[in-house]
Amino acid sequence: MTAPMVNLTIEGRAVAVPAGTTILEAAKVAGVLVPHYCYHPGLPVAGVCRMCLVEVEKMPKLAPSCATTVGEGQVVHVYSEKALEARKGVLELLLINHPLDCPICDQSGECELQDYTFAEGRADSRYREPKRFNPVEDFGGDVMYVPNRCILCTRCVRFMDDLAHDEALCVQERGDRASIGKATEKDLTHPWAANVVDLCPVGALLSKDFLNKARAWELDRTASVCPNCAQGCNTIVETRDNVVMRFKPRTNTEVNQYFLCDEGRLDYRWLNRADRATQPMIDGVLADWEEAIHAAARLAKGATVRLVANASLSNEALYLLKRAFGPGVITVRTGAEAPLPGASDLALRADRAANATGAEWMGYRRVSAPLEGLGAGDVLVIADHDLTGVSAEAVSRAKAVIVIGTQVPAAVTAPNVVLPIANMAEEEGTFTNLRGRVQRFLQAKAAPGMARPSWFVLADLATQLGQPAVHFTAGAVFDALAKAEGAFAGLSYDTVALKGKLAAGATAGARA
Amino acid sequence: MGYPHKSHPRETPVLSKHFGDPKARELETWKSFGGYRALQQALAMEPTAIQDVVKASGLRGRGGAGFPTGLKWSFMKLGDGKPHYLCCNADESEPGTFKDREIMRWTPHALIEGCAIGAHAIGAETCFIYIRGEFSEPIAVMERALAEARAAGIIGKNAMGSGKTVDVWVHKGAGAYICGEETALMNSIEGKRGNPRIKPPFPAVAGLFGMPTTINNVETLAAVPHILNNGAEWYKAMCTASPKSTGSKLFSVCGNVARPGNYEVVMGFPFKEFLYDLCGGPPPGRKFKAIIPGGSSVPVITIEEAEQVKMDYEGFLEYGTMLGSGGVIIFDDAQSMPRQLARLARFYAHESCAQCTQCREGTAWMTKILERIVAGQGTFEDLDTIFELAENMTGKTICVLSDSCAAPVTSGIQRFRHEFEALISGKRSSSVAVAGAL
Repeated sequence: MTAPMVNLTIEGRAVAVPAGTTILEAAKVAGVLVPHYCYHPGLPVAGVCRMCLVEVEKMPKLAPSCATTVGEGQVVHVYSEKALEARKGVLELLLINHPLDCPICDQSGECELQDYTFAEGRADSRYREPKRFNPVEDFGGDVMYVPNRCILCTRCVRFMDDLAHDEALCVQERGDRASIGKATEKDLTHPWAANVVDLCPVGALLSKDFLNKARAWELDRTASVCPNCAQGCNTIVETRDNVVMRFKPRTNTEVNQYFLCDEGRLDYRWLNRADRATQPMIDGVLADWEEAIHAAARLAKGATVRLVANASLSNEALYLLKRAFGPGVITVRTGAEAPLPGASDLALRADRAANATGAEWMGYRRVSAPLEGLGAGDVLVIADHDLTGVSAEAVSRAKAVIVIGTQVPAAVTAPNVVLPIANMAEEEGTFTNLRGRVQRFLQAKAAPGMARPSWFVLADLATQLGQPAVHFTAGAVFDALAKAEGAFAGLSYDTVALKGKLAAGATAGARA
Repeated sequence: MGYPHKSHPRETPVLSKHFGDPKARELETWKSFGGYRALQQALAMEPTAIQDVVKASGLRGRGGAGFPTGLKWSFMKLGDGKPHYLCCNADESEPGTFKDREIMRWTPHALIEGCAIGAHAIGAETCFIYIRGEFSEPIAVMERALAEARAAGIIGKNAMGSGKTVDVWVHKGAGAYICGEETALMNSIEGKRGNPRIKPPFPAVAGLFGMPTTINNVETLAAVPHILNNGAEWYKAMCTASPKSTGSKLFSVCGNVARPGNYEVVMGFPFKEFLYDLCGGPPPGRKFKAIIPGGSSVPVITIEEAEQVKMDYEGFLEYGTMLGSGGVIIFDDAQSMPRQLARLARFYAHESCAQCTQCREGTAWMTKILERIVAGQGTFEDLDTIFELAENMTGKTICVLSDSCAAPVTSGIQRFRHEFEALISGKRSSSVAVAGAL
């Protein structure tokens, strides 16, 4: 049953929203942002910062728009003199005990207190008294707390209570002595705890990992997907000078809401590795790309090929590998599953690989010993697989080894051909998450040396192996894949867009 | 009978009749005074019939807001299949107010009876009496009386043989003023931090444990048995000024006054006679200067204004203040108003629950400015800042603690600006009669 629609006017714009919608959310529909701190769409309403006060005609007092539902015929003023005056007052009060240490604060540049003060606050302060002081505290996990900057919005407390179901944080003391505290014998060790850093609208909760590393305005932001487990949380990859500095969650209410787990967000350094394969090589000697592709094709043509693929390769790479060599095997590293209990179907998944579902849909087999039964005359194709647990001796049984990857695995002592490719932050493509949702990631930084996007290299190679794959973009590869692979039928790179689409192969009971 | 002083002939002792009589705490004695007759009668009545009697009596909430009690009860949707709760607000923490304490200390059965009738009238089987933790003696008296009443079958399952369940429990507070705010009180009973909740939903829809709940003050509930015994007309007749204010009202008097204590008078009693006749006027050699008539949260008025007031809800409003909880705080001419108001503001800054920005930061800032003025470091701009700050603190928060800090301060500066200006310009206030009062 859908809720009946309610008509109202916000800042002179007529909108119709379902009954029960808050004025703040209705204002978003009208294209008006009501400044706010404690409100967050992913958390229960607290209504405490009093920043989102708006003037509603025929209401005696200003209304907190986060906690006031729309009424038929309401006329709402967000920028009336009364509302602006009230918000100015809130901003002044939030700043009286705030240290104004923006030049050394990590939040600077992405701070809502800074932004709204700039937009609507007073240029000066009338506060003549000493400021309250509390020392910095380590909250455990990746989180540190700077109480002097805290505006007590309680987003962090509500996240831990209502999403993490781990009541580790609370408001301690009263009045202006209040601050966020850890509950007795608790630490922020919940596997999703670092989200409180993203939720904090000011610089009170900071990531220890990111501490003093970069200024927000130096970062370039790229829409991506977390490659570290099968959930496929939508992310923003933030880079500076071609270096990934951090992952941040990107809102997708179908997949990860507003959140990203600690393990996923902190596992980004491998994208910056310097010990990369950067040059095409033939028998240990630098080669140009065309020679190297030809050499690889010559070795594989007519031979029995054992293809060992990384389960975090893109759908496009896996599709082209399959065209070139037929489906191979994948291995999937696993770990403990760690759900965010307050969100539906959201967890750090046991499969710590981005695309095992896509691989398996295309016929790749999940194995634990990828080289088992490797024949002496076989050609081994390593597709960005690190061959962890495989000995050099086992590899040496192969007649020839072709490495298509970001690195040459330690177990491969003498590769016949090396074709260096970009890692996931250096190319674009798609992953299929465990629910069968196909999601795009974009290129966030440049690949080192002569490394090329995987789809580019593999399209060339497949063509050389008599499987013509003439594609000029990752999108073209995906569209070809969607035509060829039934599980992906009906999808296109354009319709998958930035929020992803559930593929035809999605299992019954998967999320719509 | 008054307590600790003797009852004044012009008092109308209804609730306070047995104050100071330890025997009145005992069930048998209480019954001999006519106790629990009203409950017996009420348990045989339809809840709506009780509501109608209370509505007709004109009884209004005695905790401060003055909301009509019968109307409040009628908001409870009877027969909705949900458990209903009655909370008796005995977290009497308002500075200057100590009437509920005396009701509980001397006449615990009056409150238990009122609670039981109130619970039945709103379709509740459970009533929690939330008593502030510092009230160790009233808590002990109430618990003893509850045990007696339970043992006698007056409350519990099959209360007074009526077949109905009405149970009453004491819940101790832990020392937070804000837990006297009705939604914070419910959070506190639920074991949560005592933070006021956003309304709506109102307690009658979703209150204690998410269920329909009514919260009434001790004095309100203690008056209900008398209304049932004597009839709505009798109660309504206790009215000498505004017809909207009926019944008797307990006033707690403290400060610079000859005879502090609790006094019970009919609504509309002349404040001047109350102050000079009942309370005995100012201490020897002093003159009254200012009065906060309804507990520390209401605006302060001058003695000249006070002498015109009729003591009821409308009468105090007419002079820009409120009846509030009936806690009369009296300042004589030896007091420095800046110092008194700074002390009051400090109380609110200490007790702010820290949820809303205006209250958390505003009460503390207000206090710091006032204390600086008292210390002789103030400026004239500070007074403007206080008024702008007070405007910012009023009507913008979840509850009214912030407003309650602003009201006495701004009204005090409006009426005693010369004292503030004297301090700011480096002079002792000429109106402070005693040297060293600062």
